[in-house]
Amino acid sequence: MSMPSTLAIGAARGAIELKQFFRERGSVVFTFIFPALLLVLLGSVFDADAVGGVGGGQVLTASFAAAGIVSTSFVNLGTALAVERDDGTLRRLRSLPMPPVAFFLGKIVLVIVASIAEVALLLAIGVLMFDVSLPGDPAAWLTMAWLFALGVTSCSLIGIAASSLARSARSAGAMTTLPYTVLLFISGVYVPLQSVPGWMADIGAFFPVKWLAQGFRAALLPDHMAAHEPAGQWELGKVAVVLALWCAGGLVLCLTTFRWRSALTR
Amino acid sequence: MNDAAIRVRGLRKTYGGTAAVAGLDLDVRRGETLAVLGPNGAGKSTTVQILSAQLPRDGGDVAVLGTDPAKADRRFRARLGIVSQTANDLLELTVGEVVRHFARYYPDPRDPGRVIAEVGLTRQSRQKVRELSGGQRRRVDVALGVVGNPELLFLDEPTTGFDPEARRQFWDLVRSLAADGTTILLTTHYLDEAAALADRIAVIADGRIRASGTVADLVDDREVTVAWRDGEKTTDAPTALIAELGAAYAGEVPGLTVTRPSLEDAYLRLTGEEAAA
Repeated sequence: MSMPSTLAIGAARGAIELKQFFRERGSVVFTFIFPALLLVLLGSVFDADAVGGVGGGQVLTASFAAAGIVSTSFVNLGTALAVERDDGTLRRLRSLPMPPVAFFLGKIVLVIVASIAEVALLLAIGVLMFDVSLPGDPAAWLTMAWLFALGVTSCSLIGIAASSLARSARSAGAMTTLPYTVLLFISGVYVPLQSVPGWMADIGAFFPVKWLAQGFRAALLPDHMAAHEPAGQWELGKVAVVLALWCAGGLVLCLTTFRWRSALTR
Repeated sequence: MNDAAIRVRGLRKTYGGTAAVAGLDLDVRRGETLAVLGPNGAGKSTTVQILSAQLPRDGGDVAVLGTDPAKADRRFRARLGIVSQTANDLLELTVGEVVRHFARYYPDPRDPGRVIAEVGLTRQSRQKVRELSGGQRRRVDVALGVVGNPELLFLDEPTTGFDPEARRQFWDLVRSLAADGTTILLTTHYLDEAAALADRIAVIADGRIRASGTVADLVDDREVTVAWRDGEKTTDAPTALIAELGAAYAGEVPGLTVTRPSLEDAYLRLTGEEAAA
């Protein structure tokens, strides 16, 4: 009797992960609806603040595409894994004839589907509420595609690593939401980087959110808006390098910190 | 094929300097149901987790289905069924979804619908696990433990928190699994459960097996207590003592009771030894 293939189990894991994610009201509201709600609120408040002929809502939509990806990858995985380590999910799975790779394949399916849906939701809000026009240039879509791939990968890996910092399911939300919210402030998502104190922006520039948001602004805003970036240009090459470095660093962190069991459960 | 499902010699596991399992020996034959009976913290769960390849050990020789669980691969895990102590996961999925999903990990699973019927959850199969009672959730755990058609099933305190009726139903389920030839290692701190289900009982305390055997083996039948209004005596020849008493009282012995030692007496004696020493 042959064992089911890793790919088949990974696909089954992906399906079950998606069912669990979208049925769990907490995760849907927290990681999925929350960024969209913030975009609606902040976009409405700042839409009149046009910069270079571009409405505040448009700029926020572009930046929030990055925030949404961070939410459905970093916040989602970091919280879910800490909860699953605490409630016995991981322990049960580890005792099954399941290749560990299949578990992560399932998580990848979940994060990709949830992130695509999240970006689509945010862009739809931008189009419907803030006059965002989707780019007609294939190059802009290509830019968004690699930003999406690098952003989802780096933030997922960091999320998996961060989950190990939470001692229990109760502290899981704090371990991911706190850095997420702080980073959105100092990375030019909630407020333009010009309004952020230099030292805060310097800290933000160390993390992926700033670069991801800058990349999405490059793809979605008119070119002349580059003048309003800190460097006066989009710096797409630098965006790619920073995100790729975080992918590599995140992978190392994951491989060294991932545990199937909570330290508290025997 | 080897006759031993489990063979353990000198098993050790230490948590932060405290020995949870301290030189444990255990044998389980194929097709047998063995109950590991002991108080909380005796090392039951730790032992089960080591044998079922969920926890590394610190010392000793272990062979489970002829394999060292420390070298467990998928093939080995596919031959085991594990019902661990309370998990609180899978809440958003329905019973049917969960059992069908878990069947997909195994090369030769049992039919999910039949498994659900066997644990008595057919009527709940479209309900979410979140909506089930504690006893029903435990039956889901059992369904997940057996859906892979295991040769060896670990049940770690499976009926904790059950009401009496749920426990009886669960016992019937375990008996039918045993009748199908599944080897079962059951941990419990309920004496009646061990006596009702197990072919043999191993009493564990302080990380060691204190005694093992059938109920008759464990209970020392030579210590029969004869009590009457004016005294009490433990003897291996109660009939002779009663005859003596009958003669002494010249007829009925007032307040006469004859008590054979129960499994509970044996258990308390075996698990209390360390505390008394």
